[in-house]
Amino acid sequence: MKWDRNRNANPHARTDMRIVTVRRISQAFFFVLFLWFCAVTRMGAGVTDIRGWPVNWFLQLDPLTAFATVLTTGTLFAGLLWALVTLSFTVLFGRFFCGWVCPFGALHQAMGWVRHRDLSFKEKIRRNQPSPRHGIKFGLLLVFLGMAAGSLADPGRWSSPTTILQSGVLLAALAWVLVGALPHGNGPSPRASEDPVKTAGLLAACLAAGLVLARFPTARGLLQTGLLDPIPFFQRSLNLVILPVLGLGQPAGTAGTRWTHGAWLLGTLFAAAVFLNWHTPRFYCRYVCPLGALLGLLGRKPLWRFSRIAERCTECLRCEAVCDGACAPSRAPILSACTLCSNCLIHCPEEAVTYTAAREEGKSAAGPDLSRRAAVAAVVGGLAAAPVLGLQGLTHRRFPPLVVRPPGSLPERDFLKRCIKCGQCVRICPTGVIQPALWEAGVEGLWTPVLDFRAGSSGCQWNCTACSRICPTAAIRRLSLEEKQGKGPFEGAGPIRIGLAFVDRNRCLPWALDRPCIVCEENCPVSPKAIRTRDGWATIFEMAQGVSAGGDDRLDLPGFSPPGDAAVPENVYLQWEVDGIGRRDPITDWGDGWIRLDGVTAAALEPGPTGPVRVVRALKRPVVDPVRCVGCGICQHECPVRGVPAIRVSAENETRHPDRRLAL
Amino acid sequence: MERRRFLKEGLKYGAGIAALWGLGWSFADFSGPGATDPAEKEIIGPFDWSPDEDPPQVAVAQGTDRGAALAAALAALGGMKRFVGPEDRVFIKVNAAFASPPALGATTHPDLVEGLIRECRLAGARKILVSDNPINDPVSCFRLSGIEGAVRKAGAELFVPGPRDFQKASLPEGRLLRSWPMLTKAFAPATKVINVAPVKHHHRAGASMILKNWYGLLGGPRNVFHQDVHTVIGELAALFRPTLAVLDGVTAMVTNGPTGGSLSDLKDTRTLIVSTDPVAADVLGAALLGMDPDRLPYLALAEAAGAGTRNPDRWRLHRVRAA
Repeated sequence: MKWDRNRNANPHARTDMRIVTVRRISQAFFFVLFLWFCAVTRMGAGVTDIRGWPVNWFLQLDPLTAFATVLTTGTLFAGLLWALVTLSFTVLFGRFFCGWVCPFGALHQAMGWVRHRDLSFKEKIRRNQPSPRHGIKFGLLLVFLGMAAGSLADPGRWSSPTTILQSGVLLAALAWVLVGALPHGNGPSPRASEDPVKTAGLLAACLAAGLVLARFPTARGLLQTGLLDPIPFFQRSLNLVILPVLGLGQPAGTAGTRWTHGAWLLGTLFAAAVFLNWHTPRFYCRYVCPLGALLGLLGRKPLWRFSRIAERCTECLRCEAVCDGACAPSRAPILSACTLCSNCLIHCPEEAVTYTAAREEGKSAAGPDLSRRAAVAAVVGGLAAAPVLGLQGLTHRRFPPLVVRPPGSLPERDFLKRCIKCGQCVRICPTGVIQPALWEAGVEGLWTPVLDFRAGSSGCQWNCTACSRICPTAAIRRLSLEEKQGKGPFEGAGPIRIGLAFVDRNRCLPWALDRPCIVCEENCPVSPKAIRTRDGWATIFEMAQGVSAGGDDRLDLPGFSPPGDAAVPENVYLQWEVDGIGRRDPITDWGDGWIRLDGVTAAALEPGPTGPVRVVRALKRPVVDPVRCVGCGICQHECPVRGVPAIRVSAENETRHPDRRLAL
Repeated sequence: MERRRFLKEGLKYGAGIAALWGLGWSFADFSGPGATDPAEKEIIGPFDWSPDEDPPQVAVAQGTDRGAALAAALAALGGMKRFVGPEDRVFIKVNAAFASPPALGATTHPDLVEGLIRECRLAGARKILVSDNPINDPVSCFRLSGIEGAVRKAGAELFVPGPRDFQKASLPEGRLLRSWPMLTKAFAPATKVINVAPVKHHHRAGASMILKNWYGLLGGPRNVFHQDVHTVIGELAALFRPTLAVLDGVTAMVTNGPTGGSLSDLKDTRTLIVSTDPVAADVLGAALLGMDPDRLPYLALAEAAGAGTRNPDRWRLHRVRAA
């Protein structure tokens, strides 16, 4: 059971691989794998395209996503079962994920090393000390879990014996997490173990407060773990900022140039997370990371653990100079902070640190030590946040009309219970039309996917369901092409509509500027087309009286000049009266002050026209059919009016919200 | 000793992990959410509270006092006891669409509400509920229209709809009324339903009387149905079959409907219609507006759906004069 026995057997010539080397290889492997999965997340059938790569694997290994979505939805979507593997190993070994697997952790560890390698021994020790402020991450975890837990107040979660049992167990798990964060009298700032009755009472009070708040009808539970959960954080940063700005791993063609809405914020936060390692090694992991907090709580009493052999320890503090988790190995390793970096094992000259399943009292400490007051405040804060955000009504009557979600997105309330803001849908979208929201969908919708029809290389592609297939949490539910297009068994239900296009007749070329266009109609991908045209006649020149014969079979129209958009007249007519009979003759040629008609010569003008003459243009003007339009926005993307397009999609009529329906 | 302890610990951890997997697996959802929320139950219409009257009984009372006219018309039909019994839970569907005073005729008159409640009480009804899902703010509507006062005075229950009082309901053969949120909390428990509405001009539908009054049982964005208003009124007529229709033409709103807003929009037509056939009531109401009932397409649709008959020859008509 003791991994350091090899060294005892062969203390001088270390020919066998040291545990730290194994750990570094593991970190490098998972880091590269993570980058690789990110890079191949693009449409295509090549080896460097998505093909069968399990590109969501890291997101699925993440138990915070799993736990939080189970709280919000009562289900664990397919691949999220991977989290059970992580959890199982964590129960046995502690926070191995942080020190051995997490790519974000590996990045922080490397950056921390770069910064701190040349510092003095004393300074290194100082920066690796445990601090009560490391409890911040447990507070953040409890806030997020509190937000998610509001969903348990939904009556549907207690509607059958099975769901009652499940929800009961979830509540117990939540309580266990909360109690785990409370002082146990053995952390860095030891306090007496607290009265369990008092704790239970407080828990009950928390719950009651939550239930009262959850009576508010608009928001029961929100998933916000994705804001700080390191896997979605890193995935999002790579997907939305790092790869696009480096031009690496981008899709072929015009879609390869990607735009990112709010890139400044994403980039700043990523840079901040990385450069905080200048202050303290693994700053993010120690202070911020809610996943680390969850794993720390779960792995605070692992089967195998680091412990200190007091008789051997000379308190030289060499271990603390290299300790990755700031877990105080020279006293008693705080197991909720230990990332299993194993540096202490290697650096201890006395072999006073050991990794063992043996239990000796006082040789290691569980930690963490969040004060009860802080823990309760965090949970209640989280519980309250969801209904308070819901008060804005953004998931109800006050919905933001320009938030057009990808096809297959669940109704907004359910969507916000699942989306972890990982940016996978944004990344896989072949056109780049999916963008991370900034504040458009409310603060709770930060970095959730919305369609921006000016950002992509096209609108939402009619024959594509990529975003719905990749979403790791089914916030965008899985769609078949048949269901998306309303074909086959889905004929009755009709296509999935994400919005409706409206023609702005004040900006549309044929409607407002008397010029032919109908690019939108031409590009409408549904069959029969959702954009049809209505014939209209626009008068482009008018003269009160007569028209006279000119030379060269021309008719003189003093003051007329052809519109600048057409060198040759097309669908342009002279509308006039000859012999009291109204007629419309096609104009075949024109110039300043004259026109030429098809087959009508000056000789035909006897006795000459009476009444007004007009030059008229036949125009096809676009009109949208709300039953057929799916809101794909290809029309908006193609509209030649580029700034504020003359045809624009908004979220009316989307199928995911029957109450926003417009077409009968 | 150490080995034994380790085995014991190992078993403990193993059991914990097994429990974790069991729990995790119980939540597993391999196909993900579908198109609709399976948890939401809907109820299926039609909702038929109509009395077994053939031919339909129609009473037309002349007068200016609504209470007296109601009493005379009901007497002509054989009294309220013919329609409401001692065990009945009666739902009175008023038209409280707008927050406007009773004198303007945009809403069901409180005198009529009061009279109906008293008649139902005399007939021994167990419970009497008055409700509507108005267009303007519900509380303001009930208060300003005088309906709230009338309900309290006569001793019934006013049901002000809240967001949780709607449930999806469907007319199976309907095209528009499929899985649509409706004010089920108000009408579903009822054993008898009385539709009581004023005669009003209505720009979109032509006239708003008994059948148009059913709109007030719809929730959701019901105004999308204005695109096809006659079809939806026809479907409403098929979905809701009242025990009695009470159409108030003592005054009729002849212009600027359905809101009115001025006394000059009203005309004294001095007629109150009580009918077991809602279509018949609307045919008579159209005449008060000077309209040809055949120009109201929803009446033909309602008739085709079996909700009543437009043909006066098939009614049993009682004409009375209120004292």
